[in-house]
Amino acid sequence: MADPVKSIVTPIRLEYDYTPGRATSRFLRGIARHCILGQECPKCHKVYVPPRGSCPACAVPTEREVEVRDTGTVVTFSIIRVPSENIHFELPYAAISVLLDGAGIPFFHVVQDIPLDQVRMGLRVRARWVATEALAPTIASIECFVPSGEPDAPWESFREHS
Amino acid sequence: MAELCGIVGIGQTKLAAKRVDVSMPGLVREAADRALTDAGLDWRDIDAVVVGKAPDTFEGCMLPELYLADALGAPGKPLLRVHTAGSVGGSTAIVAASLIQAGIHDRVLTVAYEKQSESNAMWGLSISAPFGVAVVAGAGGFFAPLVRGYMRRSGAPDDVGIRVAVKDRLNALRNPYAHLHLADINYQMVEQSPMLWDPIRLLEACPSSDGACAMVLAREKLAKDAPTRPAWVHATAMRSEPTMFAGRDAINPEAGKQAARDLYAKAGITDPRREIDCAEIYVPFSWFEPMWMENLGFAPEGSGWRMTVEGATALDGDLPVNMSGGVLSSNPIGASGMLRFAEAAMQVRGQAGEHQIAGARRALGHAYGGGSQYFSMWIVGSEKP
Ligand SMILES: [Zn+2]
Repeated sequence: MADPVKSIVTPIRLEYDYTPGRATSRFLRGIARHCILGQECPKCHKVYVPPRGSCPACAVPTEREVEVRDTGTVVTFSIIRVPSENIHFELPYAAISVLLDGAGIPFFHVVQDIPLDQVRMGLRVRARWVATEALAPTIASIECFVPSGEPDAPWESFREHS
Repeated sequence: MAELCGIVGIGQTKLAAKRVDVSMPGLVREAADRALTDAGLDWRDIDAVVVGKAPDTFEGCMLPELYLADALGAPGKPLLRVHTAGSVGGSTAIVAASLIQAGIHDRVLTVAYEKQSESNAMWGLSISAPFGVAVVAGAGGFFAPLVRGYMRRSGAPDDVGIRVAVKDRLNALRNPYAHLHLADINYQMVEQSPMLWDPIRLLEACPSSDGACAMVLAREKLAKDAPTRPAWVHATAMRSEPTMFAGRDAINPEAGKQAARDLYAKAGITDPRREIDCAEIYVPFSWFEPMWMENLGFAPEGSGWRMTVEGATALDGDLPVNMSGGVLSSNPIGASGMLRFAEAAMQVRGQAGEHQIAGARRALGHAYGGGSQYFSMWIVGSEKP
């Protein structure tokens, strides 16, 4: 008698139609014209990038739009050596939490053009954009961050974000 | 609270990388049968069932509460499913306890499980959305930057994570249910294991496991006549917060601090380090031991690592932590929180065998989930509160 069947492989797939809402729509349209838009909280005055339309800390809508710069500081990071199906960066890569100049909250991206053992907290970076004709309403329009060449930011200036 | 809640039965499966000998229903049934046997009860004695597991995509079983109703003996009874990411095993037990405490049911069966070998949790965790870049490779990718932030902030020696990893794996050798039994575990072995998500090494991370845990909870009148002395629920607490907001301290989250304060206040505890005999907490990456020691108020901010270095959290320390080997030795995600809660209860019932802390009278069970945004915890005692 053949071996009994104990398990079978049945792949599942999920595809979503993403509805970004007003704040994130404006952010994504901004990205498509080389511009990073945040929204400032009327209470704590922190600037959300990307904006989600509200400040969860203060529980109020955020409306005032602020353009932030495409330079920033690496507040913390990890060198990733584990493959993951949905991630398309070549291993190993440096995942960074980057605080853009003018922003009040960091977000995840990658830093390139620097040896991995030199990636550090406080490193100053700037965005490397895709070619102008390839700009699209997705954060993938920022290919990666690269060192800006400025001196490192002092720990006290970003401690609360790391 | 109107009613006291006693834990009268505890069961868990052998935790392993791959349980091909059982289906998902077989897995939950194994834990539930053991809990019922421990309680000296039968399926018909159960009034309601509360089940928990991590997000459906982690193992590819959509709506497990429908699929498993039968195996959980739920037909004709109330069945609830609880869902709070990695903390779910803890919050599931708390929901079950609240049904007793509110006087709604006399006896409740609560079960949490995960059969991770049947799917791909890394895939389930690595979401891409157009407003964010997919760089976070699984849970390690999310938590590694926080660990680095903690190291910088606290000035802890670089090897605290290695020490925790060794301690918890040594504890696991005393626990026959634990997934990882690394007989030759030592400092060098952890130190030399590959960096996966720098600064987190392979052996500083939890494994991926199959397993289930179950408990039978009963109201006071029924619990006091149980064949094995019950563990009594002294206090429970849950808190949550958004994953991201400006000014959030993701290393030492406010929700965790609030939950701990609430928990100790309800249990009448003013000095947790002295008044709690042992703690089983959710440490999927070794550096979370010192981080949670601070968040839970066992150590002042910035000094949780000293407890590890000084041996305070070892089995013979003044606050043993993760006696069972913890999440670092077994991680069926959905069940992991309940395993922590159950270990706390086993300790105060004197049921923990080789990893028993002598004379444990009051124990903490703790779980967290999501991006350190859900917290659930309970204090259980050998005496009524
Ligand atoms: Zn605000």
